[in-house]
Amino acid sequence: MDKGNSTLTLKRTAGTFRPLALTPSEDLKGYILAHLGRAVLFLIACTSVIAIFLIFLFVIRESVGFLQTESLWGYLSKTGWYPQAEPAKFGSVAIIAGSLYVTAASLAFAVPIGILAAAFLSDIVSFRIRAVVKPVIELLAAIPSVAYGFFAVLILAPFLQKKFGFPTGTNALNASIILAVMALPTIISVAEDSISALGRELREASYSLGATRMETMFKVVIPAAHSGIIAAVVLGMMRAIGETMVVWMASGNAAQIPHPWWDISQSVRTMTATIAGEMGETPKDTSHYYALFMMGVLLLVLTFSLNIVSEYFLSRAKKATGRA
Amino acid sequence: MTPYSATQQGAEQLTSLPRIIARRQEQAGAHDKTPRPRPQAIVNSEGFSLYYGDKAGVKDITMDIYPRSVTAIIGPSGCGKSTFLRSINRMNDLIPHVRAEGRLAVNGQDVYDKRVNLVNLRQEVGMVFQKPNPFPKSIFDNVAYGPKLQGVKNKSELQQIVEESLKAAVLWEEVRDDLKKSALAFSGGQQQRLCIARALATKPQILLMDEPCSALDPVATGRIEDLIGQLKAKYTIVIVTHNMQQAARVSDMAAFFCLGELIEYDTTSKIFSNPSKKATEDYVTGRFG
Repeated sequence: MDKGNSTLTLKRTAGTFRPLALTPSEDLKGYILAHLGRAVLFLIACTSVIAIFLIFLFVIRESVGFLQTESLWGYLSKTGWYPQAEPAKFGSVAIIAGSLYVTAASLAFAVPIGILAAAFLSDIVSFRIRAVVKPVIELLAAIPSVAYGFFAVLILAPFLQKKFGFPTGTNALNASIILAVMALPTIISVAEDSISALGRELREASYSLGATRMETMFKVVIPAAHSGIIAAVVLGMMRAIGETMVVWMASGNAAQIPHPWWDISQSVRTMTATIAGEMGETPKDTSHYYALFMMGVLLLVLTFSLNIVSEYFLSRAKKATGRA
Repeated sequence: MTPYSATQQGAEQLTSLPRIIARRQEQAGAHDKTPRPRPQAIVNSEGFSLYYGDKAGVKDITMDIYPRSVTAIIGPSGCGKSTFLRSINRMNDLIPHVRAEGRLAVNGQDVYDKRVNLVNLRQEVGMVFQKPNPFPKSIFDNVAYGPKLQGVKNKSELQQIVEESLKAAVLWEEVRDDLKKSALAFSGGQQQRLCIARALATKPQILLMDEPCSALDPVATGRIEDLIGQLKAKYTIVIVTHNMQQAARVSDMAAFFCLGELIEYDTTSKIFSNPSKKATEDYVTGRFG
C-alpha cells in the first residue's frame, strides 16, 4: 500500500492538476451519448404504454362497426345471444351477468378465506412458518390456468355432480370455486402486506387495553388496514373477471341467467369465454365479429376501471402506513 | 437517544436540578430525616430477571412500588428501564423467546404465573407509550375501546366513561365538540393525552408510562407532567424517562437502572441530592450516561 502511494506521488509532480475542463470533442461525445441513451431508454419504457394504447385503439375501432348495424342499447339490454340465427340476435345481458355472477360468487369464497389467511400469516404464525407458507401460496398464481381447467373438468365436476346431484358438474359453482382458488394468492399476498405494514404501535395499544389477539385483529388491525384489504379484493376481482380458460372449461357455457338467481348449480357463460370460444370461427367484418369486439371493449372498460380503483386504495394504504 | 446525548441533555438540565429538589422538599414540608412508614407495595419485584433468548434484559431486580405515588425509572439507554416497565403488564410477551425468572407481583399476584388472567392484568395495569398511538378511529371510539372490551354496551354509560376519562386526562374541554372526529386530526400532545384517557377508561390501578413525553414539545410536556401530578391522587404511576429534570419534577421515588441492573432505588430527593452510590451520582450529575 505504502509503496503504491509513493510511486503515484513520484509519477505526478506535486502541484499539477489533471485538466478539469473538457476538451470540445470530449464535450460533444458526452452530449451525444447522454442524449442518445436517454432517447433509447425512453423508447423502451414507452413500448408497454404504446402497446396498451394501440390495443385500446384497435379493439375500439373494430367494435365501432357493430354500431352501424345494431344498437348499443339493444346490446346492453336484451338477453338473447344467437349470432348464427336469421336474423342474428346480440343481446349480451346474460353473458355480462354470467361474468359478474361467477366473479361475485368466487369473491364470496375467496375474500373471507383470503383475509383470514392474511391475518393468520401476519399475526399468528411464527416468522419462520410465514417465510415458507407465503411463497407457497404465491406459487398458486404460477400454475397455468389450463391446469386449473383440467382439474375443474376432470375432478371437481364429477365430484359436484355425484356429491350434490347437480344435473351438470360444469356450472357456475365449479367455475367460482376454481376462480376463488386463483384469486386467493393475490388477495392473501396484498392483504398480508398491508396488515403487516401496520407496525407494532397499534397492536400494542390494543393489547395494553386488555384486548385478546382476536379482538385486536378484528377491531383494530383489519379496520386500520382496510384500504390495502380493499385493494387486495379489487385485484383479486380483476383476476377473476379477466380469467378465460378456466371459466371456458368449467362454467358450462350456457348463455343464460340462472333462474332462480341464487341457483349456483346452473351453467353460465362469461364474456371472456364467449370471446375466446367464438372468435376463432367468426368471419371477419361480420356483425358477429363486431359484437365480439364490443364485448372486448366492455371487458377492457371494466378491468381498467377496477385497476384505477385498486390503485386508488393502494395509494391510500401506502399513505396510511407512511403516516403511522 | 444515545447514551452520550442523554448525558448531554442531563448535563444541560443540571443547573436547575438542585432547585427543583429543594422546592419539592419545601412543598412536602420535609427536611425531617426520619423516613415515614411506607404503605403496602402494589408492585413487588423480587429477584426478577427477564431474558430475550440468552440475553438478559433486566437482571435480578428487587424493588417495591408504592400505591398512589409516582415512581420514576431513570438510566442510560439500553439499561432495561422499558423492559422492566413492560414486564409489569407483560407487554414483552409479544416478543418471541422471552423468559422470566424470579417473582414480579402486582397486588400480591405473580404476573408470570401460568394462571394469570392477562386481560384483567392489562386492564388493571394501563400503559401509555413513547409515541402517541391512537387508533385510526374517532376520539369517542378510542376511549370507549377498553370499556367495550369489558362488555359495556350501554350508550349512556359509555358516554359517561368517555367524558370522565377525557376530563381526567384534561382533554375534555378541547375535544368535547369533536368526539366524532378522527383522533389522527389532533396534535401530538392532544393525542398523547387521548392515549392517557384511553388507558384510564379501563379503570386501572396502575399506569405505566414509557417515556410519554419524548415525542412532544415542551408545552405539551408540561401539560402531561401537570396531569401526572393530578393523576397520582388516584393511580399508581410508574414512568420511564430520559429527562432527569422531569424525573425530579414529577416523581416521589426514583430507581436508577444501569446495564440491566437496579443500582439504586430511593426517594427522588435522595437520589438527586444525596445518592448513596457513585454510579448514581455520576449519572444524575451528568458525568456519565
